[in-house]
Amino acid sequence: MKSVRALLLHPAAKPVVLALCLLPLAWLVYGAASDQLGANPAEALIRSCGDWTLRFLCLTLAITPLRIRTRTPQLAHFRRMLGLFTFFYACCHLLAYAWLDMGLDAADIGRDILKRPFILVGFACWLLLLPLALTSFNRAVRWLGGRQWQALHRLVYLIAGLALLHFFWMRAGKNDFAEVQVYAMIIGALLLERLLRYFTPRPRLSAR
Amino acid sequence: MPILVRKTSAHQPLPSEITPQTVYQDRRTLLKALALGAAGSALAGWAARDARAALSAARSPVAGAVTMEKTTPQKDATSYNNFYEFGTDKSDPAHAAAALKIDPWSVEIEGLVSKPGRIALEDLRKLSPLEERIYRLRCVEGWSMVIPWIGYSLSALIQHVQPLGSVKYVEFVTLADPKQMPGVRSGVLDWPYTEGLRMDEALHPLTLLTFGMYGDALPRQNGAPVRVVVPWKYGFKSAKSIVKIRFVEKQPGTAWNKAAANEYGFYSNVNPNVDHPRWSQATERRIGEDGLFAKRRKTLLFNGYEAEVGQLYAGMDLKKYF
Repeated sequence: MKSVRALLLHPAAKPVVLALCLLPLAWLVYGAASDQLGANPAEALIRSCGDWTLRFLCLTLAITPLRIRTRTPQLAHFRRMLGLFTFFYACCHLLAYAWLDMGLDAADIGRDILKRPFILVGFACWLLLLPLALTSFNRAVRWLGGRQWQALHRLVYLIAGLALLHFFWMRAGKNDFAEVQVYAMIIGALLLERLLRYFTPRPRLSAR
Repeated sequence: MPILVRKTSAHQPLPSEITPQTVYQDRRTLLKALALGAAGSALAGWAARDARAALSAARSPVAGAVTMEKTTPQKDATSYNNFYEFGTDKSDPAHAAAALKIDPWSVEIEGLVSKPGRIALEDLRKLSPLEERIYRLRCVEGWSMVIPWIGYSLSALIQHVQPLGSVKYVEFVTLADPKQMPGVRSGVLDWPYTEGLRMDEALHPLTLLTFGMYGDALPRQNGAPVRVVVPWKYGFKSAKSIVKIRFVEKQPGTAWNKAAANEYGFYSNVNPNVDHPRWSQATERRIGEDGLFAKRRKTLLFNGYEAEVGQLYAGMDLKKYF
């Protein structure tokens, strides 16, 4: 455990995690360029970016419970980066949809968002992620004040719920819920852990 | 191991190795004559021993049956399939269907007909001359392909079994064998997968009883050994791996309609003006042809077969009967 903590504090740790987080995108770009994404590469790109958004959202939400349960405060160094990668892949997902499916036609995109509930919910998720990404740097935290910053960033729980709804509604059309259930269980467990911690009375040792 | 080195470039065959044009043309003519002639039916039976034997078929004379559009690469049409009996991912059927046993196979004719009973696949295939038809295929998910099918008009079978005057609908029941089909073990749909057509739709010459594609017998992931193809309806209406055809008076239940009646109607005609809640039906992506950044193409009413089938729906409210 000690060595893990030391590793997390190593100066190369952040660049390495950053590079790892970029691997899915690198693979998708390479796969698209070398025609390895199957018969419908546009669909594969749009869906994969959505999948990776959900995965990064799970990873981001897992940091705090892991940090507390394993007493590894060093993990906190990576939460912002993972959160920003959630936003990054959400942007890729939105861009892939807007470009590959909608031909970047703003009027078509607007109509589609209003017409299809699951697109509306997905778009709402992206809009809600926007203020979180914009207030992710240190000066924004100071400017908002810790309490307000934290209140704002609790939006991530709403985003997680809406992201699941977006995925559920998309798959509902084909009655295919196996993967949705997996993500729902992971996100459910991560939120439940927080609820349990919130309702468990114990002395707060850390200074706020 | 010795390496064989040729004097000429490896990519260029020796002139002596090339079959003279006259010879191979003669060969092809002979083969065609054999397949089309009286010997054809005998050959078809022999060829049926091997499920993937080449199927010979003449180009269809039916109006609208051969589109001039570029056909979809065979690799795409056989690797990107919705066939839930073999899994919900579109890449599942290509490998999960490999174990499906399609020989022997027979189709049970049931219901209000003069000649009910079981027809062996070999006999079914011989019922009428096989034709090649190049149809557009539009999936409800918003993508499309162009596929060269081999089969004959379903009407030939219908005439053969002599339905009674009271028949209004045809129901297709497909194989649901949990031992061979991993998807059937899941509760995604109410198995077996069934589909149906109104009698006039089933009798329309474009409705194809299909045995092959791309010059060969149907690959398993595409609905081997026998399926229907109804080109003016969304792909899911074209039932695969059919084991039973029923002639009935009442509109039969259909798999997707039972799963989500508000999303999938009985008719499911391709219609850009009637939206599915999850997929825009106004446009489509042509698989293997439209580039990644190409704008999606406009979807046509009845998938472009309006001239041929429009009269079937004259006076019907297509928004109500979607």
